[in-house]
Amino acid sequence: MDELMLDGNAVAGLLQEVFAVEMTTAVGTCGGCGAPGPIAAVHVYRGAGIVLRCPHCGNALAKIVKGDSRAWIDLTGIRVLEVTV
Amino acid sequence: MAGTAVRGRLTWELAELVEVVVETPHVKTIVLDVPSWPGHRAGQHVDVRLTAADGYQAERSYSIASAPDGTRVALTVQRLEDGEVSPYLTDELRPGEKIELRGPIGGYFVWEPSDGGPLMLVAGGSGVVPLMAMIRTRAAARDDTETRLLYSSRSEDDVIYRDELERLSGNGLGVVHTLTDSQPPGWTGYARRVDPEMLAEVAPRPAQRPRFYACGPTPFVEAVAEALVRLGHDPPAIKTERFGPTGR
Amino acid sequence: MPPEAAKLVVSRGWRGRRSTDVDPARIPPGQYVTRDFPVLSAGPTPHTSLELWDFSIIGELAEPRGWTWEEFLALPSEEITRDIHCVNKWSKLDTVWQGVSVDTLLAGIETSAEYVTQYSDGGYTTNLPLEDITGGKAWVVFAYGGEPLAPEHGGPARMLVPGHYFWKSAKWVRGLRLHLSDEPGFWETNGYHNYGDPWQEQRYVGD
Repeated sequence: MDELMLDGNAVAGLLQEVFAVEMTTAVGTCGGCGAPGPIAAVHVYRGAGIVLRCPHCGNALAKIVKGDSRAWIDLTGIRVLEVTV
Repeated sequence: MAGTAVRGRLTWELAELVEVVVETPHVKTIVLDVPSWPGHRAGQHVDVRLTAADGYQAERSYSIASAPDGTRVALTVQRLEDGEVSPYLTDELRPGEKIELRGPIGGYFVWEPSDGGPLMLVAGGSGVVPLMAMIRTRAAARDDTETRLLYSSRSEDDVIYRDELERLSGNGLGVVHTLTDSQPPGWTGYARRVDPEMLAEVAPRPAQRPRFYACGPTPFVEAVAEALVRLGHDPPAIKTERFGPTGR
Repeated sequence: MPPEAAKLVVSRGWRGRRSTDVDPARIPPGQYVTRDFPVLSAGPTPHTSLELWDFSIIGELAEPRGWTWEEFLALPSEEITRDIHCVNKWSKLDTVWQGVSVDTLLAGIETSAEYVTQYSDGGYTTNLPLEDITGGKAWVVFAYGGEPLAPEHGGPARMLVPGHYFWKSAKWVRGLRLHLSDEPGFWETNGYHNYGDPWQEQRYVGD
């Protein structure tokens, strides 16, 4: 386990900026292994952009790139996302 | 909790420094006034952004140390030796000056008295900050939820909020320190890193269905969470927040 | 409208941790020079043992070729000093590497491929036109600053392609796949620019 790896709490501000709603309590089901869990508990890596990985299988759940006025989000690693409305 | 989604895009606000409190040789609390502050919950954090004259920017996240208190927000900041942001916040920023801040952020690693307990808080170093917000919120509400804090520090000099924790102890709050690097003469407390044996001794039994919040560096949090699961605690009851190099 | 462009709130006296006494002509637009070497990664650090490591050239060519670690180290290598530029706005000047030129690895290859994908342990990929990694423009490097390349910085071996933002220099690289058509990689399919020339400030799609 990498010391540099943080969790979903570390990108809570970015996610709320993008989705306009608090996302760390959202529950994502991994498209790789099927395990559900709160976004707060996913593993977060910072590369050129941000990668959210399943804490059980390492599958890339989501990728986020933030430009100055645009953001790109790939959520294809999440089979389904449950949010409170 | 239905219908309690935190809504709205975060916006950058201007926060004015009101007061600086020295906590330890390397740690200070900066108390800010944020005019449009909507209030916050214990465990939430803020993002702080600095901008240089040529447009260069850096952003960092800091946990809120204070219980809700109108427009006042206290951040406890550890001054990193070669830090890009922390030395500015602890040593350069003067009362009356302003920084950009957005928040409150977070909905997972939060606790309020209505969430109940027994509550077990496990802190590694500066990971104590959001847990202290929980303890202060509990105290302000005169709540008596059974609460224990297991707090790991390098030495006695590094213990943040030491006097206040002592003062708040009792009324259902127990504080257990472990000092991992050096201990004062006559120290009878724990003197090693948090391990499964220590957690078994300090934490409530699984049958009591405690709620755990563990915060600190990634290796610390991972080890604590794993140990708690091995002790028979329910994984969803263990909430973690990892501290580490942040910013962009 | 970029909100930040409206007005900047300047923090009195704060400069950050970058170097400012540098020749501006060496700095691409929007970049700042750092003394550090930030560690950025799309995933956990792989730890492939050198016994199992190999480097391959595969895809659109008559015969794939490959080297074990020992064979790879036996190839002619050189010291390379270059500036590197990350899309996250930090630049590092005069970084010194030791590595094998991609020209050496592709010597004698017959291919009609026009594109190449670098692929790495952990699944990372990044794409470039073949002409942008040949002709002295790219290396597979195994040492940085005179020391073996640390795992957190991409060791045992990574790509060095200084003419593009550094996400196009794959860490933990295991091979090059040659293609007839362009195949956007891990970040190119998610908002980052397909070509990534720092001097044209090609950070994002559409720049």
